[in-house]
Amino acid sequence: MDKITSQDQLKVLQESIVAKRDPDKTCITICAGTGCLAYGTQKLIDSFREEIVKRDLQDTVELRTSGCHGFCERGPIVVIFPKKIFYQRVGLDDAPEILEKTIGNGEIIERLLYENPINGEKLTFEDDVPFYNKQMRLLLAQNPEIDPKSFDDFIANGGYQALAKAIGTMTPESVIQEIIDADLRGRGGGGFPAGWKWDATRKAEGDVKYVICNADEGDPGAYMDRSLLEGNPHSILEGMLIGAFAIGCSEGYIYVRNEYPLAVENTELAIAKAREIGLLGNNIMGSDFSFDIKIVRGGGAFVCGESSALFASIEGRSGEPRAKYVHATDRGLYDKPTTLNNVETWANVPLIIGRGSAWYQSIGTEGSKGTKIFALVGKINNTGLVEVPMGTTLKEIIYDIGGGIPDGRKFKAVQTGGPSGGCIPAEHLDTPVDFDELTKLGSMMGSGGMIVMDDRNCMVDVARYFLSFLEEESCGKCTPCREGVHQMRLILDRICAGEGKEDDIDTLEWMGQAIADGSLCALGGSAPSPVLSTIRYFRDEYLAHIRDKKCPAGVCKALITYTINADCTGCRLCVKPCPTQAITGEKKQLHVIDQDKCIQCGACYEVCKDNAVTVA
Amino acid sequence: MSETITITINGREIKAEPGTTILRAAQSANIYIPTLCDNEELTPYGSCRLCMVEITQKNRTRLVASCIYEVAEGLEVQTETIRVANVRKLVIELLLTRNPYSATLKEIASRVGVEKSRFKDDQKGCILCGQCVRVCREVVGVAAIGYKGRGFTKEVATPFDGPAIDCIACGSCSYICPVDVIPMKEKDGIRTIWNTEFPMQTCKECGRQFAPIKQLDYFKKNYNLPDNQFDTCIHCRK
Repeated sequence: MDKITSQDQLKVLQESIVAKRDPDKTCITICAGTGCLAYGTQKLIDSFREEIVKRDLQDTVELRTSGCHGFCERGPIVVIFPKKIFYQRVGLDDAPEILEKTIGNGEIIERLLYENPINGEKLTFEDDVPFYNKQMRLLLAQNPEIDPKSFDDFIANGGYQALAKAIGTMTPESVIQEIIDADLRGRGGGGFPAGWKWDATRKAEGDVKYVICNADEGDPGAYMDRSLLEGNPHSILEGMLIGAFAIGCSEGYIYVRNEYPLAVENTELAIAKAREIGLLGNNIMGSDFSFDIKIVRGGGAFVCGESSALFASIEGRSGEPRAKYVHATDRGLYDKPTTLNNVETWANVPLIIGRGSAWYQSIGTEGSKGTKIFALVGKINNTGLVEVPMGTTLKEIIYDIGGGIPDGRKFKAVQTGGPSGGCIPAEHLDTPVDFDELTKLGSMMGSGGMIVMDDRNCMVDVARYFLSFLEEESCGKCTPCREGVHQMRLILDRICAGEGKEDDIDTLEWMGQAIADGSLCALGGSAPSPVLSTIRYFRDEYLAHIRDKKCPAGVCKALITYTINADCTGCRLCVKPCPTQAITGEKKQLHVIDQDKCIQCGACYEVCKDNAVTVA
Repeated sequence: MSETITITINGREIKAEPGTTILRAAQSANIYIPTLCDNEELTPYGSCRLCMVEITQKNRTRLVASCIYEVAEGLEVQTETIRVANVRKLVIELLLTRNPYSATLKEIASRVGVEKSRFKDDQKGCILCGQCVRVCREVVGVAAIGYKGRGFTKEVATPFDGPAIDCIACGSCSYICPVDVIPMKEKDGIRTIWNTEFPMQTCKECGRQFAPIKQLDYFKKNYNLPDNQFDTCIHCRK
């Protein structure tokens, strides 16, 4: 392929690719995101490939492996274009049947359809599935439609057109103004206006400047950035190219954790292709703008997502933050002016430049524009990636899109903002989700993790879990974070063990404030949030642990007792799983748990079909 | 000549050169701000967080580490607010868990109003102020020690916890340590530091064992000194 040296050439290339494609051709799209691959989807892909050849369908049926579709709960996912027939939980041996019935005879396979949990209706088409049709998928829109390894797919879908527009018709200043006018706020957690950051970097003194893509996503349960990089790497490159053009820099970095091998692989391929075609390198699209991108693979330390620690890591030093009284836009990587934006922020850039800031401004709330991707996980029916306009309420996300809580359990709280975010209780479910509203509730937007908890989650235990994550991930440089978070966790350990003291809550609150005030970076600054927010909304649960020595959710082993009630039918189902042989009883008679032998593992509770095992 | 900057600390006007940190400006005006990781000879590190002060600039009040934050015209600094006091109390209580016996820590504790730590102590000794690591790298120029691990398990250590291969046994780290937990011993012509033994140079004149041979070699190499420069000690040298 020749190098693209002008905007027109890109248009010609796009048209020639599109002209070769038949929009009505049957295309079997298989989600090959990390979630679906973990289900074993590669076997399904291979089997489709073989069967298509065996049935001599190469000319009439296309097979596409795409990035993450988002509905991870229902993987492996197969969507058959152009009608978008939606098959979910597809068996790894189902390829012949799908080709035989659906492709061959136009027959729908009932078993593979998604059933609407509300009315039991079987839904044939993807567009009818509530999980999808209640979202606004702008950033994730292309994920199901392109093969992340295919440059042609991206170009056919209008790829790099926004870059061409910026280089061909705009000045760097007007690009920055467009981003400022769009009110794009950083998606990595801070929510700082991206346009202002770009502007400051452009205006900073110095010849060498950097743009960096922060793909060091490390929140437990969060995988938005991963899915964007894996599924649509060129869109991130395009965003960075536009940013580099606007800011005036010729070097960029993508800092991605090594635990994301598929993201690294697909991004490397994308960079190589972009270089080959002249979209990275010297004189891009015939202009005097030159830019190239390097990938730096991080070792997986959570703190390296913090800007100054990330710079240190790229520079080859250990990932320790430093005081940021001088902004990165003045002295960042190698002490040069630097703009660091998160993956999702970069992904927004081509959309804004392509469609204009006025369009972008029309989506979202007063202070937060555009859409946000959330990784909806935990006690939720529809685990997956959810993209909604800013301002969508928690209730809509959790119930309308997420399908509510499994097993008819009661919603208790949702943790937003990653490990150092906060837990929001049911009374605030009507809160519109945006940067400012979540902060008001003592949580934060963070990068978009959303962990749903039900009445079987103990909030003290949850706080302890997140705190121990942060304790382990603290870099250890400053005292409040290194020692303070550790000591807070020890207090929570005691409370969970039934050894809490009356003044522990006051101590935790006092420490939390001082740690937030005294820590060097945002990791320590927000580390107490899980504790402070659970005390704020679930103080009773703390008191139950401390005063009554009870764990109302039945989680903290030292505080709970399993007993068998009169509903026991003597089915003996619980006898075998008990690892300490603590359960005795005759067949069809009431069983009993020997409390001296019971280790509170909960195995009996899990297997009992008659709800006869109670925990208190 | 650069212009002098005027700031206020606790309402008092103080003049300082541009580039001066709040901590230095306060010290020059005899205003007490506790600190453990700061040292005039070293690059500011900002890790102990004892020196936090409250600043107000453009109607915005926040806490900053005074050992790093530089003076700016019109800056208002408060060193004794409740928020500041709480951070200092927490920090010193936390550091006391690592070293309950240090006189330096006890003195700071009494000045910030802490009698004893309420937290469970583990007596690691080292408070991770990082002065030893910085003095070795920045002043001595060898970087023989560094950090190992992270978070609560972080330690100052030699490479792979083995012998201190780059150490020249100068003892700067041991000398600078504010809580005195880097042992250095001399016995039978051997200096032991970082669990590594270093033979001492014997003075040809008086027979005194005056410095580690490795340190003297380091000087000779770095300053192109003649080979016999350190055959004699400083007192016997002509």
